[in-house]
Amino acid sequence: MAHAATHDHHHDDHHGAPKNFFVRWCMSTNHKDIGTLYLVFSLLMFFIGGSFAMVIRAELFKPGMQLVQPYFFNEMTTMHALVMIFGAVMPAFVGLGNWMIPLMIGAPDMALPRMNNLSFWILPFAFSLLLSTLFLPGGGPAGGWTMYPPLSLQGDSVAYLVFAVHLMGISSIMGAINIIATILNMRAPGMDLLKMPVFVWSWLITAFLLIAVMPVLAGAVTMLLTDKYFGTSFFNAAGGGDPVLFQHIFWFFGHPEVYIMILPAFGLVSEIIPTFARKPIFGYKAMVFAIASIAFLSFIVWAHHMFAVGLPLGGEIFFMYATMLIAVPTGVKVFNWVSTMWGGSMTFETPMLFAIAFVILFTIGGFSGLMLALAPADFQYHDTYFVVAHFHYVLVTGAIFAIIAGTYYWLPKWTGRMYSETWGKIHFWNSVIWVNVLFFPQHFLGLAGMPRRIPDYNVAFANFNMISSIGGFLFGASQLIFLGVIIHAVWFSKKKAPDRVWEGAKGLEWTLPSPAPYHTFDVPPVIHDDELAHGHVED
Amino acid sequence: MTSGGIKPGSIKRAVAASALFALTMFGGVASANPQPGQLNMTRGASTWSPEAYFLNNVALGVCVVIGILVFGAMFIAMFRFRKSRGAVAEKWSHNTTLEIVWTTIPVIILIVLAYLATGGLRTFADTTGSQMTVKVTGYQWKWRYDYVEYQGKAIDKVGFMSKLDRESDETRQLNSGLDPHNVKVGDENTYLLNVDKPLVVPVGTKIRFVITAGDVIHSWWVPALGWKMDAIPGIVNAAWTNITEPGTYRGQCAELCGQDHGFMPIVVQALPKAEFEKWLAEQEAAATPPPAQPAAPAPASTAAAPKTAAVDAPVSQGHQG
Repeated sequence: MAHAATHDHHHDDHHGAPKNFFVRWCMSTNHKDIGTLYLVFSLLMFFIGGSFAMVIRAELFKPGMQLVQPYFFNEMTTMHALVMIFGAVMPAFVGLGNWMIPLMIGAPDMALPRMNNLSFWILPFAFSLLLSTLFLPGGGPAGGWTMYPPLSLQGDSVAYLVFAVHLMGISSIMGAINIIATILNMRAPGMDLLKMPVFVWSWLITAFLLIAVMPVLAGAVTMLLTDKYFGTSFFNAAGGGDPVLFQHIFWFFGHPEVYIMILPAFGLVSEIIPTFARKPIFGYKAMVFAIASIAFLSFIVWAHHMFAVGLPLGGEIFFMYATMLIAVPTGVKVFNWVSTMWGGSMTFETPMLFAIAFVILFTIGGFSGLMLALAPADFQYHDTYFVVAHFHYVLVTGAIFAIIAGTYYWLPKWTGRMYSETWGKIHFWNSVIWVNVLFFPQHFLGLAGMPRRIPDYNVAFANFNMISSIGGFLFGASQLIFLGVIIHAVWFSKKKAPDRVWEGAKGLEWTLPSPAPYHTFDVPPVIHDDELAHGHVED
Repeated sequence: MTSGGIKPGSIKRAVAASALFALTMFGGVASANPQPGQLNMTRGASTWSPEAYFLNNVALGVCVVIGILVFGAMFIAMFRFRKSRGAVAEKWSHNTTLEIVWTTIPVIILIVLAYLATGGLRTFADTTGSQMTVKVTGYQWKWRYDYVEYQGKAIDKVGFMSKLDRESDETRQLNSGLDPHNVKVGDENTYLLNVDKPLVVPVGTKIRFVITAGDVIHSWWVPALGWKMDAIPGIVNAAWTNITEPGTYRGQCAELCGQDHGFMPIVVQALPKAEFEKWLAEQEAAATPPPAQPAAPAPASTAAAPKTAAVDAPVSQGHQG
């Protein structure tokens, strides 16, 4: 497939990367460099957010307060969530999208490269603003990442929090516009929409979700800001406002937001499983349709986060039924992944191991999600550790496992060198064991009656909390292996990666050399259907 | 009257403890309060709480069965279709019949679950026909209980603050040096689950709770009653319970409400009706100043809290924050 190489004879500005560090990284308009920036940033945030989680698990190691004051504990839970959601998971997916979408659809770069630079470089400022609050006299935000008023308005860092969220939102919206513009306008001739890899589809749909809901969040936090500093009473009952209004607005953003964090993960896993099963994805169109259905449903289920706020009966029933419906397309996706494996010829390299763990553990998170959807049972589950277990199964063993799987999958393409398969497997087994030791007992804690977001607890909850904390420390430590594997693969690995890194890998990105040249697809590739991951769509 | 579960009692508790693992798994724990090693939701001690418990068990069962089927198929695939065992990849990527089947079956299961859950919701939403009303108000970080009405008779001046007991409060201070395991009432460890003055209610009575808050959002949750309800400033929510067995039921605030969110427990003491009526009469008598005395003896600062009974001085009201 020689068409893949860089032919830059008619663009004399297309050489290698700039030599100057500042020019290359800070002024970059190259999708690969910006993708790398996003990924490095997200890894940094993953460790910062993870260190907050370590403080939480250390305090909860045994009953009694040993390490931190309760208010600082609340700062940790709040900052852990904000950093992990907006700093680690979302930028990681944007980074993967930036790097891979142009390569997967045969585009030379993102459609709007300067905006791409801006949408990344906003983020370090947003998070500096947010994290700086921990060092300021008033302390960090401590009202939970959900920022429910009136509690969140009691904090001294409301303005910092609101401006940081605004910046993150602007960054996300620009990133989403860029992805939509790229996918809709820059596909190589012959790359029809229904020939696109599932990962590209999942990002296209996610980008629409982002554009739809990020402005809603911006509106909600702006109202918090004016309630706090400008005398408005949007959420202040004493002034004629309604604290529950905030929750409706927040979760109208918040529920699509959680799918923003999982749909690209579905896409990643849908790339990885067919590669290592050496068999095309089962039900390509059903997969795409399922993602779109889940995205649609995400807009009409928000109040299932609010079953205990005193909704009217009709509201409870509507949101319960709508939420339960999500199980159908999600089930279809899981069944399709299993069917893709069935009849395949499987090998179990690190990306595949993480993808399989994703399918199993995300499904467990889906099961607890179905249980939480049942409103009468949710009257018990709500705001307990059962919920904490649920969303960590879908976000850690869901989103983050998929991101790790994607990183191992494409790392050789990015660096041109193979990572250490042995250490990758060590990382996998440590992660998958300790993450379950960490989160599975939390189901029991929640069922037994332990509320979430508490710094201390009755001795009845002591044994499972200690197990969970041990799992937490070891899961956290295991991620240092990941860091080591990446550093080794980027700078030290001697093993050269072939162009088609994986035997069963299909798709345009594998027709390129490893590492992918600085500029690719200056000339649109010729699309051969049998070269595409899901090129034969006869159904 | 539901009962049918395992009743409190040490002999039965021992029997339950030695029973099958499956029994433990499905909440064979006798007490309605959290137990070390407890694996499942409590059945509770009210007429409604078994609804949540039953639904939880059915949904858990459904998930376990589907999980065994799906993960079973995955593991079979992973062992049968390995390249190292010489498996050759097949080419198919579609099967309409299969896809219709695995879309339809979940829909049917969901309809059954939705039917069961809707029943539970409807009974929960019906607060009519109550025989008693208690107003619950959440404050940072304590609860206030006002007895509004009992058996159709308005109750005046019975109300009090309920906050974390002194022993837990001392123990929970950072590096207090005190062992949470030593905070006990009888044999039961009550660390962070005990209050200075519990809410006293009768059994066998449909009690309507009207729930609100004075500063930020709280959530009133006693697992044995089967539900939690947010306490929101400016909004009055309603919920009900009908406790079937006398006992002490413990719970906690379930909505993040600031630094001491973890330290505002709820204790409901359910008494037989006669005992409750006696208790209520005593409270009413104590709240009514003897007619002979001149002016107001002012047991506590009263301006902000006209309904405060002369009990463990609720230091300051500080509401509408």
